[in-house]
Amino acid sequence: MGLLDRIAPRRNELDVTPPSGPPTVDDPVFATKALRKFLASLTAREMPVLLDLGPVVGSNVSFFGEQLGCKIFVEDIFADLDRHVRNGTVDELPAFIHKRFPQAPESVDGVLCWDIVDYLDRPASQALAEEVTRVLRPDGALLGFFGTAQPRDTRYTKYIVIDEVNLKHKSYQAARGRQAILLNRDILRLFSGLRVSDSFLLQNNLREILFRKPA
Amino acid sequence: MWKRDEAVRPASGQPTAAPQPPAPISAGGPAPRSEAGYQMEKDIVNIGKSVVIKGELNGSEDLTIEGHVEGTIQLRDHVLTIGPNGKIKAQVFAKSVIVLGEVTGNVTASEKVDIRDNGSVDGDIISPRVAIAEGAHFRGSVDMQRKPGAAQAATAKPAATPTPQAQEKAAAAPQPQAAGQRVGA
Repeated sequence: MGLLDRIAPRRNELDVTPPSGPPTVDDPVFATKALRKFLASLTAREMPVLLDLGPVVGSNVSFFGEQLGCKIFVEDIFADLDRHVRNGTVDELPAFIHKRFPQAPESVDGVLCWDIVDYLDRPASQALAEEVTRVLRPDGALLGFFGTAQPRDTRYTKYIVIDEVNLKHKSYQAARGRQAILLNRDILRLFSGLRVSDSFLLQNNLREILFRKPA
Repeated sequence: MWKRDEAVRPASGQPTAAPQPPAPISAGGPAPRSEAGYQMEKDIVNIGKSVVIKGELNGSEDLTIEGHVEGTIQLRDHVLTIGPNGKIKAQVFAKSVIVLGEVTGNVTASEKVDIRDNGSVDGDIISPRVAIAEGAHFRGSVDMQRKPGAAQAATAKPAATPTPQAQEKAAAAPQPQAAGQRVGA
């Protein structure tokens, strides 16, 4: 145990009791640059279809539904990952992901990937990237978040849309933490079927990348 | 068939000369009612928690379900409330749907679907407005597409071709019996 650990416990030790209650005023709100562009890429489409890979957030469903008049599929990959970690079947996750999405090829206009890739092993993230690329329509958009520093806590972040330029970050307990911090070139390789449309590094060290599927 | 909601009756109302409704299905002694209370009672119908319905459920008044329903529920112009004890395995069509219990099957509403805290929906939702509370369970898709009269059309034609997911969910839910409803405790 190092000197700092004796002075103050590690962050992940503090975070062991993390009841996921309703959002509070303590949940930090961060600016987002890419969400507006993501929305702009979909507003021109008639009756777009959205795929949300995060947990169900009622206000997000209402927000995207009202903004876009879209159909939203909520496929909570975080919950799938949690289940596989708890069951000790993480090795089966890539195969599971390949069978996970019932959507037809090129049937989805937008994918909200959030930061799920940071929590997956390389084979699982590769499987996920292949699947979302498969279901995305040509010129469809994918919004992904990627961390830049290796955090020591084991918590997911629920991104709650406040408006087009603000997201509330609400953390909740995860079965395991982030697996690796991907370099930009790793991200590009991972989503090799897509091209980067916009990329932002935010003040909170989160990278927001908006991908588009080539037409 | 349906239990009249005893809970909405004012306890201290005066008895009226209005005709008495049929005896409720579930136990509970009659209470004196005012005219206003009787009118309110006429508009809110309750399926008690001991009631099981299998088949097609149609209605033209607001309905609260605390029991089990399997099959199809249609309340085209009215509000359907699935109470905390309610368990539904059915395709649901209504003006508004409020879920506090469990629903397995697709839900179509012409106005709003509201999944409250501890409510659970396992199926696809079609509605122009959807509210999902923190703590609610939802698994499926939400269709809020601004098709003119999409939800109304779906409400009017519940037998329209379902999506593959809806077909899977419908297959998982027990099939309604051909000869209408069976009510039992």
